[in-house]
Amino acid sequence: MHAVTVTPAPHSAPKPAHEWAVELVGIDKRFGPVHANKDVTLRFAPASIHGLVGENGAGKSTLMSILYGFYQADSGQILVRGQEVAIKGSQDAIGLGIGMVHQHFMLVETFTVLENLLLGHEGGPLLAPAVARARKDVQALERTFGLEVPLDALVSDLPVGVQQRVEILKALYRGADVLILDEPTAVLSPPEVAQLFRILERLRAEGRTVVLITHKLKEIMAITDHVSVLRRGAVVAEFATAETNRQQLADAMVGRKANLEVEKAPAAAGPVLLAAEGVNVVDARGVTTLKNASLTVRAGEIVGVAGVAGNGQSELLGVLSGMLPFASGTLTVKGEMLTAGSPYDPADARRRGLAHVPEDRLKLAVVKEFPAAQSAILGYHAEKALGRGWRLDWKRVTAKTAELMERFDVRPRDPSLRTALFSGGNQQKLVMAREMEKEPDILLVGQPTRGVDIGAIAFIHKQLVGLRDRGKAILLISAELDEIMALSDRILVMCDGEIVGELSAAEATEGRIGSMMAGVASGEEQ
Amino acid sequence: MSAGTGPDNLPWWATGVLLPVINVVLALIVSAIVILAIGEDPLGAMWTMVQGALGTSEGLGYTLYYATSLIFTALAVAVAFHGGLFNIGGEGQAYLGGLGVGLVCLAVGDMPWYLVLPLSVLGGAAFGALWGAIPGYLQAYRGSHVVITTIMFNFIASSLMVYLMVNVLIRPGQMSPESAQFDKATFLPLVQDMAAAIGIQMNPSPLNFSLFLALAACVLVWAFIWHTRWGFALRTVGANENAARYAGIDPKKVIIIAMALSGALAGLLGVNEIHGVQHRLLLNFPAGMGFTGIAVALMGRNHPAGIVPAAILFGMLYQGGTELIFDYPSISRELVVVIQGVVILFAGALEHMFRPALVRLFTPKPAGV
Ligand SMILES: Nc1ncnc2c1ncn2[C@@H]1O[C@H](COP(=O)(O)OP(=O)(O)O)[C@@H](O)[C@H]1O
Ligand SMILES: [Mg+2]
Repeated sequence: MHAVTVTPAPHSAPKPAHEWAVELVGIDKRFGPVHANKDVTLRFAPASIHGLVGENGAGKSTLMSILYGFYQADSGQILVRGQEVAIKGSQDAIGLGIGMVHQHFMLVETFTVLENLLLGHEGGPLLAPAVARARKDVQALERTFGLEVPLDALVSDLPVGVQQRVEILKALYRGADVLILDEPTAVLSPPEVAQLFRILERLRAEGRTVVLITHKLKEIMAITDHVSVLRRGAVVAEFATAETNRQQLADAMVGRKANLEVEKAPAAAGPVLLAAEGVNVVDARGVTTLKNASLTVRAGEIVGVAGVAGNGQSELLGVLSGMLPFASGTLTVKGEMLTAGSPYDPADARRRGLAHVPEDRLKLAVVKEFPAAQSAILGYHAEKALGRGWRLDWKRVTAKTAELMERFDVRPRDPSLRTALFSGGNQQKLVMAREMEKEPDILLVGQPTRGVDIGAIAFIHKQLVGLRDRGKAILLISAELDEIMALSDRILVMCDGEIVGELSAAEATEGRIGSMMAGVASGEEQ
Repeated sequence: MSAGTGPDNLPWWATGVLLPVINVVLALIVSAIVILAIGEDPLGAMWTMVQGALGTSEGLGYTLYYATSLIFTALAVAVAFHGGLFNIGGEGQAYLGGLGVGLVCLAVGDMPWYLVLPLSVLGGAAFGALWGAIPGYLQAYRGSHVVITTIMFNFIASSLMVYLMVNVLIRPGQMSPESAQFDKATFLPLVQDMAAAIGIQMNPSPLNFSLFLALAACVLVWAFIWHTRWGFALRTVGANENAARYAGIDPKKVIIIAMALSGALAGLLGVNEIHGVQHRLLLNFPAGMGFTGIAVALMGRNHPAGIVPAAILFGMLYQGGTELIFDYPSISRELVVVIQGVVILFAGALEHMFRPALVRLFTPKPAGV
């Protein structure tokens, strides 16, 4: 279908001794009935960045876990620098110069950075000489790759972006020549992404090979040299990045014409349904995490809240949904005013016609251990329609869930399957279905497409616009600027716990929002 | 929809039947080695235990009488477990429950047993509930872990009972710390008498009407946990407290209610022991059943359908063990405790040891798909 056009590294890096750093040939892997990798052949050139894209469940992580020795392939070969190798565990992979940074970091939080780097490489009963040696080696690495980390800080005190750099440093310290990064940008803010990419470019310049898995095609276009597309376990397309574009990649991922743009008419905003006035939130340590927040959301509009993660958006969502008490100020929900002392919790909020899709899906929105049908009634289990009196009638619950799954295209359509076994995108569709099913007058949405693949993103966006067009008020919080700009009719920008400015959809440019996110109130581009 | 398969999607009969059977068989093999080591015949000893526990109507009666108490304490552990709480205080809650039962029975005079039973059930449940709810409150509002506080409450219950029995409830003019006997009219009917009424001959044993109460409690607990909105809230709090808060469920309230219900179930042991058998208040009547209930619940996977057979198995160990000591002079009480301990070890603490192996066995081979 697509032309396979893999060319070796176009960069003027140190001359590679082998044509390929790593070759995966005919890799096949099944998990019971799931055919996770189908006869996959991929070759990574030295001194290059190779992108790997595909929908959730396409088999990307499985393939890389095979290379890193977490799983064994059922059949196929792995060649490292032209030599066929057997990788039986991650120790073998590390020995062959292969390093991997997982989406969930594998660091000891109560150790310092240096102690984490040293872990497993103490090389003797006494720690002091090893620490001194490691410090010297690591500092040399830091200089070579522009990877700054505070070596003596506790890992738990570091922001995620820095923790990730520690992971990269750990892999390099163990001699990684090929570095695999599984969705490294999902947890990063835009400046942190930029920093990560500078590091990856340095790695390439030093002749190392980087394999980058990401859902964000923009990142693929920005930094990779080659890109391979996986669909349902098989390689369906390969390109030199310079010769492809986002649309082509998206089409290959979903296997049909993908819709990257959100279609929406101008908003017909009605009366104010949700308002906050001078709301402050003080956390347990006495820090004011939400400062004097005021906003309105009208019927029939989507108000987006942009900001680098951790600048008060989560607290805003918490207060509005009744999850978090506020210290002062007022909330007005459908005309009814609430002050700091008023009883208001998530159950009250739902009764008032306010629904909430939380930012952290697995922590709040579903119970992983429950069958989908039980996650699908979370928050609505008191509903009369689900059974008489005290009883929960599972027949009705299951039927209801099947209906939600049908309407929101949740796959597989199995209400009895455990929630954890659905992919992120399908879990999110189930949550959206549950929260939108009651046609709430107000919908709060946090990170609706985090970790969600392209097909599901388009679907979720369409549903949100549809709800808006039916005259409902939507507050959207997202770390993705593209998403905020594509969906919002008005955009609020948060910085350091404050709402620092507001832009209409027409005024908003990435540059203006970006500089407001950095604390420049006017949003003048510098 | 009810029991739910484990995290690795084993079929229910593999986790619910095969795994416990493997564990029990292994425990029996280890016990056999121990018996062999002291120079006795293991097969003979095992046969004596089985025969003693099931072979006569008297042995069977004792086995089921022990099982009755264990069902109550194991259900108590299960209810708390589904709320994410590890209630180790069944012993103390049962002790206090017995006090509640005893006070009711002493107060009612010569009321007939069928009128007394609802009152004694209420009394036992209420006292047990109180003894469970206090640690629940302390965890919900003060952050003191129930594992610690329920252990402490076992000691407090024990001291309190000694004080009450020695100073307050003791029958005047008597040395041993026991209350006056209840009126004969209040005694729960023994199963042997009920059997005789329909023409079945049974030898005497303490098995009484409480057995039916225990079975009814199993059905109610099952319906509560898996078929009510309350049970759903309980399981949500147990699985993910944050998600529960998001769903508008107050975890603090649920924790207190779960501990109260758990304590109430443990307290019903008092109905079996005090109302059904002893017919007076005395010391130490829970006799460790509160602790053994933890092992029974673990082995029964915190599900009533598993708890009933597990309770019967442990009842057999108690009763068969007694026979064993009787028949084999070289086997002492302590050795029987060792055998019980080995079963608890394999069926309770190490219950998941063979799980990975089973998972491998049940995962379809790549070529086979
Ligand atoms: N350990 C496992 N056991 C069973 N199935 C698995 C396991 N790991 C992954 N899978 C399945 O294999 C497929 C590919 O998963 P994965 O490699 O994680 O996809 P991706 O990283 O592209 O999202 C999915 O259908 C997933 O459910
Ligand atoms: Mg993945």
